Amino acid sequence: MKDFNYHSAKDSKEASKLASSSSAFLAGGMTTIPSMKLGLATYKDLIDIKNIKKLSGIKVSGKTVTIGAATKHVEVSNSKDVKKAIPSLSSLAEGIGDPQVRNRGTIGGSIANNDPSADYPSACIALNATIHTNERKIEAAKFFKGMFETALKKGELIEAIEFQIPEKSSYQKHPNPASRYAIVGVYVAKHKGDVNVAVTGAKSCVYNDKEMSKALSGNFSSSSIDGMDLDSSEMNSDMHASANFRASLVVTQAKKAVDAC
Amino acid sequence: MIKSWWVKILIKGEIMGKISLEVNGRKVEKEASDNTLLSTFLREHLQLTGTHIGCDTSQCGACVVHVDGNSLKSCTALAADVNGSKVTTIEGLETNGKMHPMQEAFKKLHGLQCGFCTPGMVMSAVDLLQKNKKPSDTEIRDWLEGNICRCTGYQNIVAAVKEAATKM
Repeated sequence: MKDFNYHSAKDSKEASKLASSSSAFLAGGMTTIPSMKLGLATYKDLIDIKNIKKLSGIKVSGKTVTIGAATKHVEVSNSKDVKKAIPSLSSLAEGIGDPQVRNRGTIGGSIANNDPSADYPSACIALNATIHTNERKIEAAKFFKGMFETALKKGELIEAIEFQIPEKSSYQKHPNPASRYAIVGVYVAKHKGDVNVAVTGAKSCVYNDKEMSKALSGNFSSSSIDGMDLDSSEMNSDMHASANFRASLVVTQAKKAVDAC
Repeated sequence: MIKSWWVKILIKGEIMGKISLEVNGRKVEKEASDNTLLSTFLREHLQLTGTHIGCDTSQCGACVVHVDGNSLKSCTALAADVNGSKVTTIEGLETNGKMHPMQEAFKKLHGLQCGFCTPGMVMSAVDLLQKNKKPSDTEIRDWLEGNICRCTGYQNIVAAVKEAATKM
């Protein structure tokens, strides 16, 4: 790994002050460190934000669950408050990687990285999340821009993610047997008035499947999306799954999710 | 708190910092470059070579150690990143020359062949039993998701963890 300067920031202000065009924030490091080791990313400065107390913790109010950006996956999966308010969110966290990744990886890191197969971005879309940064609030629908791309500006730090508590929800994924990343993951959330069907792993970026949302908003039953023929032209195709198989998996996982709601 | 130990100096052009850890109950303080991985720090700076490096890409789990009571893959953490923590490696499990019940169980039930994955496997399993005293077969298999063994076929590893659970 190439040389860099390690900094441990004590608050968001210090962290963003240290940030430059050749720096990165370090939370759990579950993607950052392997990427740097493989030479896929190089930074002059790594700014550790794990020790910023304000960035960790879970708050549940009547309508929302707010999770600090540096909160670890294991904390989300073990939280009784999250289990009670949005059980699907805690089971999503429990299905990320392996115990060592969950002991270390953070929700903010996962979202900032926006891996096309990551689990948390689908939760943000399905649960109408608001991403709180040190500068502004961003709606999830406007946050995820493309493969590994987000609306974050240089030096902008995610502080918390605020999820809307749905009436019902479920996340179902077909995991890669080795990495546990989603080959396809579908997060269905029924809110008052509408239904979100957030899909991860299928395309270059997480998205809300409008066709399925519409069908399910009319009739919230897996029969209303049964046999739906999704357009696979923009779907990923690799050694794990062809685009057509992914298109079919999206419907299968969505049906499973609706049935599990 | 961590800051006060963190005196930056430049030696031979490398960016160095002081790493203070408690490793297996012993306080250690060493200079290391900022890009030193915890696995490298343990093996090359402290000569604790029981922690193995297998894939070096955080997949195989041979490098699992405990940091402040939780297991992590030491090839995917910076030494600087865990500065000030308590670290337990495979060398720290024995007491007065007596093997830990998990090590005993792996030995008794042939939970290893070549032994390369074993340090990580044992450290991961010990962490499981700290959190779940009587895990089921499924829970053991789920927990060992991040530890890969290419010899045993896992059956005896699972049996060893179950046996250790009766002794811990």
